[in-house]
Amino acid sequence: MSGEAFKPKILVFSTNLISDVGIDYTGLLHMHYPATTAIIRLPCSSMIRPEWIILALKSGFDGVFVAADGTDCPYLRDCTDRTARRVDKALRMAEEEGIEPQRIKMAAICSVCAEPFVNHMRNFYQTLVKLGPVKRRG
Amino acid sequence: MDEPRIGVYVCWCGGNISDVVNVEKVVEEIKKEPGVIVARHFMFMCSEAGQKMIENDIKTHQLNAVVVASCSPKLHEATFRNVVVRAGLNPYMYYHANIREQVSWAHGDNPEEATRKAIRHVRMAVAYLRHAKPLEKIKVDVTPSALIIGGGIAGLRAALDLARMGVAVHLVEKEPFLGGNTARLGEVYPYGRRGSEIAAELIRELLKHDNVAIYTNAEVTSIKGFIGNFEAEIRVKPRYFKGKCPNIMEAIKACPVKVPDEHSFGAKMRTAIRLPPYPGAYPDIPAIDMEACTKCGECLKACGDKIDFAQEEQVIRVKVGSVITATGFKPYEPREGEYGYKTYGEVVTLPQLIGILAESNGGGELVVNGRKIRSIAFIYCVGSRQKPSGDEKANTYCSRYCCNATMYTSLKILEKYPGVRLYHLYRDIRTYGKHELMYEEACRRGVVFLKYSEDDPPKVRKEDGKLVVTVKDLLTEGIEVEIPVDLVVLVTGMEPRPNEQLNEILKLPVGRDGFYQEVHPKLRPVETTLAGFFIAGTAQGPKDIKEALASASAAAAKAAGIVLKKQLELEPFVARVNPDKCNLSQKCIAECPYGAISIKEYDGKGRKAWVNAALCKGCGACVAVCPTGAIEIQGLTNEQIEDMIKAAAREV
Repeated sequence: MSGEAFKPKILVFSTNLISDVGIDYTGLLHMHYPATTAIIRLPCSSMIRPEWIILALKSGFDGVFVAADGTDCPYLRDCTDRTARRVDKALRMAEEEGIEPQRIKMAAICSVCAEPFVNHMRNFYQTLVKLGPVKRRG
Repeated sequence: MDEPRIGVYVCWCGGNISDVVNVEKVVEEIKKEPGVIVARHFMFMCSEAGQKMIENDIKTHQLNAVVVASCSPKLHEATFRNVVVRAGLNPYMYYHANIREQVSWAHGDNPEEATRKAIRHVRMAVAYLRHAKPLEKIKVDVTPSALIIGGGIAGLRAALDLARMGVAVHLVEKEPFLGGNTARLGEVYPYGRRGSEIAAELIRELLKHDNVAIYTNAEVTSIKGFIGNFEAEIRVKPRYFKGKCPNIMEAIKACPVKVPDEHSFGAKMRTAIRLPPYPGAYPDIPAIDMEACTKCGECLKACGDKIDFAQEEQVIRVKVGSVITATGFKPYEPREGEYGYKTYGEVVTLPQLIGILAESNGGGELVVNGRKIRSIAFIYCVGSRQKPSGDEKANTYCSRYCCNATMYTSLKILEKYPGVRLYHLYRDIRTYGKHELMYEEACRRGVVFLKYSEDDPPKVRKEDGKLVVTVKDLLTEGIEVEIPVDLVVLVTGMEPRPNEQLNEILKLPVGRDGFYQEVHPKLRPVETTLAGFFIAGTAQGPKDIKEALASASAAAAKAAGIVLKKQLELEPFVARVNPDKCNLSQKCIAECPYGAISIKEYDGKGRKAWVNAALCKGCGACVAVCPTGAIEIQGLTNEQIEDMIKAAAREV
């Protein structure tokens, strides 16, 4: 590992009806984004327990990207606010753990948001490259 | 579940996956995972042979859970759930790993990393299944009736289809008369029948059925409940007329009110008394527009015994199993001064022109506002295909019907009033399908087509009392052409109807254009993400009459598919409380947007949160806020998600 360039790993939370569709669409267009990713799909981004974000960062991921439903959410009109509250809490928990807040990112990804998704992932990847690996205790 | 015995099936998708992802390597790695009994790769898992292979393995190796790693779950998750069911497993002992859209197609630039990502995705699927439990679909009883909101042609068509299938229908129309936008049109493509005749025919057929309740001058003011069992509240405004009045024309004459007449798209004026606007309109009883009425009492002198100002609003509650929203469109109303609209009387919209033509009785001369019309300029794409600028709302879409309607209307004008010169100032001509023949015919008949640039649209001015249109024609290298005309027709598009109040009640997803949004334009074109709610007609987006009717029949079939069943089966992914963990923080109750969570006495465990599974939509908002992790989505538990995170985090 030491000889290789650092390749940050990103966990993406997507949503079944909106952002996962957008990420599928990105693939359909054969648009590239960093492959050191893993995508977990949930019904809605407001389901994300802040603990899961911290768990990911403590288990080996270098960043967590919440691909939120945004205003397209089929369940909740205020989905963005609710998801933001989960992310805020995760940021506070990260601070307590000594994890940089820049490792957690949230953005609404609509069902045809291929280009925004790719841009977000590339920028986030670059941010994480600069941060280096998570300094995990123990 | 018992010890997990998981089968993993990695699909090549012909080469779509295997050209990028090293499928052998994925299989080799995944075989090392605890619980994985068999792992294989194959050319096409969705093929007959692929499905058979999985079925055989389930039986031969006593598998109790299956992963297929292939395309997006949106395509084949249902396919493979059925495969495991055929082999005797519960459909929810299955997880679908996406390694095509989210791996091979996205990472063709990096096969090595793509293979690692595929391994992560398959590991997550295996982790999910280690704690999966068989789930039963949720069964609910169904009310065998449907609510249709909107009595235009789409609502009428859906009502008629449902009534014929034996489904009781409640049809709610906001206006005092059925028919919607189509009933306001004159002759329409292809057979030259009037829009009002089409509406009248649907109404006539509908009235033959005794399982239809029609509410006009009415609005839906609340809908509660869930798929199969909704309760809707309908408020019916009074008409203030008890029946037909033989002296109605005298009452009209006596009424001092003058407001734009909806039926002619504002081309004419009406009084506060609204008459049935076309032959066959329903109901055949006038209605007083109380917002316009001055209560002067003049009409009482002519129709005193038929008018009753004491009538009150009625509130009606109905039970239905399904809801179709067919609230139609709003014709784009040009801004004052847009191409001279409302500045010059001789600038009208296409719907207004169609109304004017319907009123004109031929006779060789077309007369508008007392003026003989010998030349007309049509300006296309007014209110459609707008360029977004700043925060202003722009209709970026094409309104779809207008090129065809303009072409048809032009041919009708040339047929009835030969010699009228027609100029079409267009951006692009989109006479798709059979309509192309009308375009060819219009060219043959001498209609002049001038193509303008969206950056330099035509200008309308008045000179010596006559309209002059200036346009730079792209087809002749941008030469500026000046056309003196008698009439300018703005070919206006469709806009979403401003349904704020209804949207607040229905909570249907609205797309970026402001129209109601389907789940998927191809796979589920009339369904919404809200179970039991369907959309039909132009409420969903611009459509022509035949497309609106087709979508209405589709929505009726889908609604019937629900309400004609005695019981419904719903996906089991709903929230569930573990009473042993619940500390009654009640945060979930405050968080739930559907009011699905309440407090219940559990035997021996006291009062704890409880989820009504039929009301829960499975969004999971409650899961995130529970301080003790007591509330979870079944089929996607906290333990499953945490295991998936850990599985994906491991080095590959």
